[in-house]
Order: sequence, then structure tokens, then C-alpha cells
Amino acid sequence: MLAATAAFALAVAAVALVFFYAPVDQDGLNQKIFYFHVPIALTAYAGFGLGALKGFLYLWKGDPERDLESYVAVHQGVIFGLLTLVTGSIWAKVSWGHWWEWGDRQLVLFLILFLFYAAYFMLRFSIEPGPQRASISAVFALFGVVLIPISFLAIRLAKSLVHPVTFTRAGPQMSGSQFATFLVCLAAMLSIGFALYRIELAGKRLDARLKELRELLA
Amino acid sequence: MTAEEKYVAAAYLVVFAFLLVYVVLIAAKLSRLQRDVEELAQLARKRRPAGDG
Repeated sequence: MLAATAAFALAVAAVALVFFYAPVDQDGLNQKIFYFHVPIALTAYAGFGLGALKGFLYLWKGDPERDLESYVAVHQGVIFGLLTLVTGSIWAKVSWGHWWEWGDRQLVLFLILFLFYAAYFMLRFSIEPGPQRASISAVFALFGVVLIPISFLAIRLAKSLVHPVTFTRAGPQMSGSQFATFLVCLAAMLSIGFALYRIELAGKRLDARLKELRELLA
Repeated sequence: MTAEEKYVAAAYLVVFAFLLVYVVLIAAKLSRLQRDVEELAQLARKRRPAGDG
């Protein structure tokens, strides 16, 4: 409840800052999409990273709870990944004149990462529930996490820079007010992601307990 | 409203709609869980031996 309340308050503050505080730069009004698009992408990475970490913990300790947490984290990552692709495409339509750019390595690598984790669900639900499914899912989640730094750094490795670079070694390429707004948006999106993760996890745990009870009473 | 304004509004609407759909799905799941709990409570009451409690 606390996480959901904090997420809501931060989201309201973030929208207010984006539209009433942060100035419009040379990218025009379209730049307002950046404030949510980048935090959504970072939240997707956080979901995939958490899924891999929980998968690793499952392989180490063998606790089925870690498997459930890994699954829910990957699920959140895929949802935020889809939102990243949609909001990014809308931004691209205004800035580049088309919805997608196959020449942009970061876009393509993010799409590969998204499809990789989308395949996680096909793999998971093609195996009977149990330790084997949990182990294979954990290994798959761990393999996918390798793509995150590649996707993250691709923009810097690319020869043709199509995707705008905002964060360089010299720091964020934006004004102080824009950066402050970005940080609030990032906090808001991470809080929303965390609140959804907690809610979904609580629902899944409750479902499992009810199933146990039903079997006991049957 | 310019085309740019429409696209920015669309991007924010997509995020808002996603959150709305998620809340609706969670609410639906919550009602299903409440029904399940009620069903199990009834089952437990029926199974309770006569004279107990």
C-alpha cells in the first residue's frame, strides 16, 4: 500500500514537473516524451535484472519463492519493455518521420532483448510446473541479462548515431531543471514498477495458498 | 492542436491506459480471489464436525 501511494504521488509530481516546470528545448514538445520513455526503458531493464538475480538465487538456494519472484520480475520487464517500444515509436514518428529505424542498433538490440524475454513465457509454460521448469526458467532469465549491457552500450558503440545521446561521460546533456524533472520521472516509474511487482507477487502467492487449501479440503 | 501535440498526448495516453488496464485486471483478480476464499470458507464450514464450536 505504501509503495502504491508513493508511486501515485511521484507520478502526479512527475507529470506536473514535465508540463509546468521543465523547459521545452530544441527538440520541441516531442522532448516531453523523453521524460517517461527513458525511465520506462530503465524500469524494464530493472525488471529483467531483478528476474535474473532472483533466478540466480533460485539456482543457488533452490527456494521455489525465488522462482516465483523471478517470473513476476520478468513479467514486469516485458510489460515495461512493450511500453518502451510503443512510446519510443511515437517519439520516432515525430522526430524521424517514421515509426521504426532498423539502422539504429540500440532500437534493434532492445527489440531482441524484448523478444528474448517474451520467449521466456513460451518456454516456461511449455514445461510442467516443478523444479525442472524453475531451473530452466532461471537459466533463461540469466542468459537474457547479458543482453542488457550490450543494449545499454550499443548507442555508444554504434557508428551511425541515430538515437539521441543524452547521458555522456561529461554528464547529462540537459539543463538542471530538465535533469531534476527526469530524476523525479525515473523515481516515479521505478516506484510504479516496484508497486506493480509487489501487487502481482502478492496475488500469485495468495493464489498458490488458496490452491493448497483447496487440495487440503478436497 | 498540432500533430506534435497529438503525438505527445498519445504517448502519455498509452502509459495512462496501460496503468488503467493493469488496475482493472488486478481488481478482477482480487474479486476472483475473494470468491475463492468465500467458497473455501463454506467448504470448511460444511466439513466441520457437528457440535464443534
